[in-house]
Amino acid sequence: MADDLFKALADPTRRTILDELSEKSGQTLFEICSRLSMKHRLGISRQGVSQHLAVLEAAGLVQTRREGRYKFHDLNTAPLRRIAERWLVPDSSGPEENTS
Amino acid sequence: MKIHLTSVFVDDQAKAERFYTEILGFVKKHDVPVGEKDRWLTVVSPEDPDGTELLLEPLGHPAARTYRDTLVEDGIPLAQFAVDDVRAEYERLRGLGVVFTQEPLEMGPVTTAVFDDTCGNLIQIATQPR
Repeated sequence: MADDLFKALADPTRRTILDELSEKSGQTLFEICSRLSMKHRLGISRQGVSQHLAVLEAAGLVQTRREGRYKFHDLNTAPLRRIAERWLVPDSSGPEENTS
Repeated sequence: MKIHLTSVFVDDQAKAERFYTEILGFVKKHDVPVGEKDRWLTVVSPEDPDGTELLLEPLGHPAARTYRDTLVEDGIPLAQFAVDDVRAEYERLRGLGVVFTQEPLEMGPVTTAVFDDTCGNLIQIATQPR
């Protein structure tokens, strides 16, 4: 489960997909492809995007939802919280705040 | 060579005629009976009555339905129409009850949106970069 999550986050295209879904949740495959090609100038096929989405879905970061005849992709950030809880000290008043 | 006619498959020609004229605002150009119940039904833009015709074609072949339904599931539009202002058109159509699968999205010089034509297809509207 954790391996799936880290593997999903390790790819820059998949992180861009998450960026776009965080801007607006509930996108069709077509919209995700449009954003990647038009906004980010990524030359990636629709099939390639589908494969990235499958990896993100396996990691629980993307959920698909059927509404009538359409299929939408939603962002699910719950798995990211588990990463934060794993290492972050609850009281993070460290000696120095580093936000870089 | 020039593009004189293009087509979309529609579930129901009468319903399509209403949607494409009353909601979208196209005007009927040709309406000729073909066979027992089908029609050669085309519409044009009132801004360009002698321009490209759109044929509202009956969905006769079973393969056409599979093809179309698969595209719709992934949100892929079958035709694109040009408008001056995508956001204004989005508001106008939404006010008329039209369902959008993609809200207006600005991508550099182009803005697009995608809606359901109620006859089985997704249609994209776009501003043309000037």
